[in-house]
Amino acid sequence: MLETLVNEVLRPLWGLWLMVLFLGIVFWAYRPKNKDRFESYADIPLRDDEDKER
Amino acid sequence: MSATHASAGTLGDAAPYEDGVIRKFVLAAVFWGIVGFLVGDFIAWQLAFPALNLDLEWTTFGRLRPVHTSGVIFAFGGCVLMGTSFYVVQRTTRASLFGGSGFATFIFWSWQAMIVAAALSYVLGGTQGREYAEPEWWLDLWVTVNWVCYLIAFAGTIMKRKEPHIYVANWFYMAFILTIAMLHLGNNLTVPAVLFGADEWWKSYSLFAGVQDAMTQWWYGHNAVGFYLTAGFLAIMYYFVPKRAGRPVYSYRLSIVHFWALIFLYIWAGPHHLHYTALPDWAQTLGMTFSIMLWMPSWGGMINGLMTLSGAWDKLRTDPVMRFLVSSVAFYGMSTFEGPMMSIKAVNSLSHYTDWTVGHVHSGALGWVAFVSFGALYYLVPKLWGRNEVYSLKLVSLHFWVSTVGVVLYITAMWISGIMQGLMWRAYDSLGFLQYSFIETVEAMHPYYVIRALGGALFVVGGLIMAYNFYKTIKGDVAEEAIRPVTAGAR
Repeated sequence: MLETLVNEVLRPLWGLWLMVLFLGIVFWAYRPKNKDRFESYADIPLRDDEDKER
Repeated sequence: MSATHASAGTLGDAAPYEDGVIRKFVLAAVFWGIVGFLVGDFIAWQLAFPALNLDLEWTTFGRLRPVHTSGVIFAFGGCVLMGTSFYVVQRTTRASLFGGSGFATFIFWSWQAMIVAAALSYVLGGTQGREYAEPEWWLDLWVTVNWVCYLIAFAGTIMKRKEPHIYVANWFYMAFILTIAMLHLGNNLTVPAVLFGADEWWKSYSLFAGVQDAMTQWWYGHNAVGFYLTAGFLAIMYYFVPKRAGRPVYSYRLSIVHFWALIFLYIWAGPHHLHYTALPDWAQTLGMTFSIMLWMPSWGGMINGLMTLSGAWDKLRTDPVMRFLVSSVAFYGMSTFEGPMMSIKAVNSLSHYTDWTVGHVHSGALGWVAFVSFGALYYLVPKLWGRNEVYSLKLVSLHFWVSTVGVVLYITAMWISGIMQGLMWRAYDSLGFLQYSFIETVEAMHPYYVIRALGGALFVVGGLIMAYNFYKTIKGDVAEEAIRPVTAGAR
């Protein structure tokens, strides 16, 4: 049963599953809710300490 | 976040970043860069004037070519990638390098010794005959140990990070390190011949045969381009372009999509190196399709790099270091547009096995990889040796123009030569005979080989200008022109 599902549905459509996963990432990245948080990460290199860890 | 609010008092407990090894990698990168460019230019002259093979087995094109490719990719590129990754990972995670100075120094010297051993082995005739994977099995094991140590130092630093989020440059570095480990192990599955009674201990044969062997090689070869020469150097772009411009990257969300698009697509593109071979047609078409889709991350990355400058385009005029970085992104966009186009089977039937491929590789290698490396090195040297700026920005500008003219000569010569070569190979007369003999195509290419070698010579000169500039910077000299304040842009 499970073997049939894997062999006949999941495996042949690998391209589709990867595409769905990728589109999920795009959705996650561009979700308005995440905008401010993600864009704030862009400042990480600009507020570093040149010489020491913190 | 924690970093913004860290007061001066907390600095006492913090360890300094491990910069000594980065200084070593920077100097080694400059040295290997010049050596690699020089060997490349010498073999370019060999193609124009075969007498330069010198009738010695050690100096033939076939043995010197891997010295050039390994020299620029693994020696120059490797030192740039390891050096910048150690610089970037410490500063964006706000943690000192995992394993400390001793471990890092071991990684450095082991890598240098491996490079020398590999180059010597090529000159003496040792090779697996696999492009960009020429080192024999015993050198492969050495690389493996070295690479695992590098992974431990890099990933260990990320694991003890004090910045909660892992900055995107580190994702690219991590993808580069992990994928190269996988490719290296997969493509170097060989059987040492000595196990089957051969006398030479150093010789091995691939575990695979026929088209499986070819596909394994180009799975490796193309992803070495994708994850070593692209992902690794994109990490450099994502740190050094914002740093030099003093502005955050254009869109962090685009960088996330750029990263995952690259990761999902690149690994499937290898079969485009085997169009019209014994490789099954479906695999060729798969490789072509995924190559075309690579336009997506190509444009994503280019837009993100270039638009970081939006609102500060004047820096392109006033800051030659920025000019290197931005031009590299433009070359990245250009060569990653050209690549998918060449992977289309109809185009490939003309371009494959011709100089067009060589020109394409060098627009990526010189224009993108080397330029972004130069930009990063010009940024790093003053920082690492505690100077305000490099000795002379005018010399940086000179280096930029000399190399740019060199790259343009190289690429255009190879376009013309390659397309001509492809057209001559397929031309036939009214009776169906091939119109040109092979030697006629070789003769027709001669002038372009000379132009290409001249372009390469300019690139070597550019490297020497950079080395002189660094020598003076490290010595502590400041050129006349830099004494008066130059621009607001250069801090």
